[in-house]
Amino acid sequence: MKDYGVFDILGPVMIGPSSSHTAGAARIGKISSEIAKGFFHKVTFNLHGSFAKTYKGHGTDRALVAGVLGMEPSDERIKDSLNIAKEKGILIEFIETDLGYVHPNTVKVDFHYKDRDDFYVIGSSIGGGNIIITNINGNEVEFSGDYPTILLKYKDQKGSISKISSIISNEDINIATMKVSREGDIATMVMEIDSPIEDKIIDNISSLNEIIYITGINPITR
Amino acid sequence: MFNKATELLNLCKEQNKKISEIVMEKEMKHSKISYEELIDKMNDILNTMVSSANSALDKEVISVSKISGGNAKKMETYKNKGNTISGNLINSAMARALSTSEVNAAMGRIVAAPTAGASGILPSALLTTRERFNLSNEDMIHGLFTAAGIGEIIAKNATISGAEGGCQAECGAASAMAAAAIVELVGGSVETSLHAASFAIINILGLVCDPIAGLVEFPCALRNASGVANALISADLAMAGIESMIPFDEVVEAMYKVGKAMPESLRETALGGVAATPTGEEFKKKNL
Repeated sequence: MKDYGVFDILGPVMIGPSSSHTAGAARIGKISSEIAKGFFHKVTFNLHGSFAKTYKGHGTDRALVAGVLGMEPSDERIKDSLNIAKEKGILIEFIETDLGYVHPNTVKVDFHYKDRDDFYVIGSSIGGGNIIITNINGNEVEFSGDYPTILLKYKDQKGSISKISSIISNEDINIATMKVSREGDIATMVMEIDSPIEDKIIDNISSLNEIIYITGINPITR
Repeated sequence: MFNKATELLNLCKEQNKKISEIVMEKEMKHSKISYEELIDKMNDILNTMVSSANSALDKEVISVSKISGGNAKKMETYKNKGNTISGNLINSAMARALSTSEVNAAMGRIVAAPTAGASGILPSALLTTRERFNLSNEDMIHGLFTAAGIGEIIAKNATISGAEGGCQAECGAASAMAAAAIVELVGGSVETSLHAASFAIINILGLVCDPIAGLVEFPCALRNASGVANALISADLAMAGIESMIPFDEVVEAMYKVGKAMPESLRETALGGVAATPTGEEFKKKNL
């Protein structure tokens, strides 16, 4: 039996019409842009399944764009996000596609940059505003964005995990979950922690020699 | 802690407390927040609800698909002419439920209660009761906790998702939550609250989820209007002393089983019900 709190029943406070097609979409957009970072000049949303079929009527398009512009799911500007993107000079493109065996409400968000390579994030909206991020630029991951999350890519070598986790514990922070996968000699780590992520932790971890990529994502309100 | 209505009822009896009080205590423990934080959080919820329930009464709020919009205003204007069939209170309640539904469809801000599709029922039920009995803001907040407690029981033991259980799960849950809250607000007992919640679900047991083109608009807004009427009359039935022969926990289980027995075409797929009528299909073809 899943446990429910009062604000799971009365909430989220959100922009309508659908918690999965609008609120969840905004969260995927926001988390994706926090992972991708930088000044993208164009974003392509590859929409799969129900997202592809009903995105206009449910405002999924506006919610996704609002998210990549940094808006929360309760932001009343979501409705005008397409115009806001235009004003900011960010090109937006929607493509209906088939991403294979994935959740019906899935989107692949491609960020295009002038000064660096494209970057993509894949996420699914799984109901009630809940989401999971499943792929970051080719790395398979799985996290919900409900907890402060640290994403890492590093050259795998002895003791890396212990060095990283001791930096976290030195800050008196508890690690809630940790998943590590490896391709060749490059490891990907997704770590959820119990306290908000501060720049200091990210700086300390990125000072390790083996770190290729690190980003910290604080939770987005539901 | 409680998972079932019988457990909630026992806690209320043992401690001589209202449903709202038990739910508040449980939530403070559950999310480790203070009483003040809890009230502040619920006050934010209430403010959003008040705003969505009123904002489409005096102006037309049109949705992206243009299916919905303007009906809350029509209802309010009709009510104000004073010549309604079912009376001022029911008409006012329906107008407010339509208002939230239209705000939701038009990408305005609402509170999912328990879902976005059924978000019009609870705000309207509470505001209507406040107007009728001159209740305070504090009363409203207590009512919301009572409603949330009933919603938790339904979510834990059955479902509040239209895709899983049909409209009876979404609007049924919202009406049951509202009915129980109304009863507590007007001074009814915990048992009476549970009878009212049982009636609200029994009254629409089997209701299918069949949104045109899959959009949360038609017939969703209509079912929010009838859903608030259902909550109000269920509360009255119970306050009159009528008892539900079937206890609330069993009603919830029955609702879940009925939902499971529903074909997928009637569970938010837009493949059955009014969505699959020639007119519904035609709209879908033209607009998607």
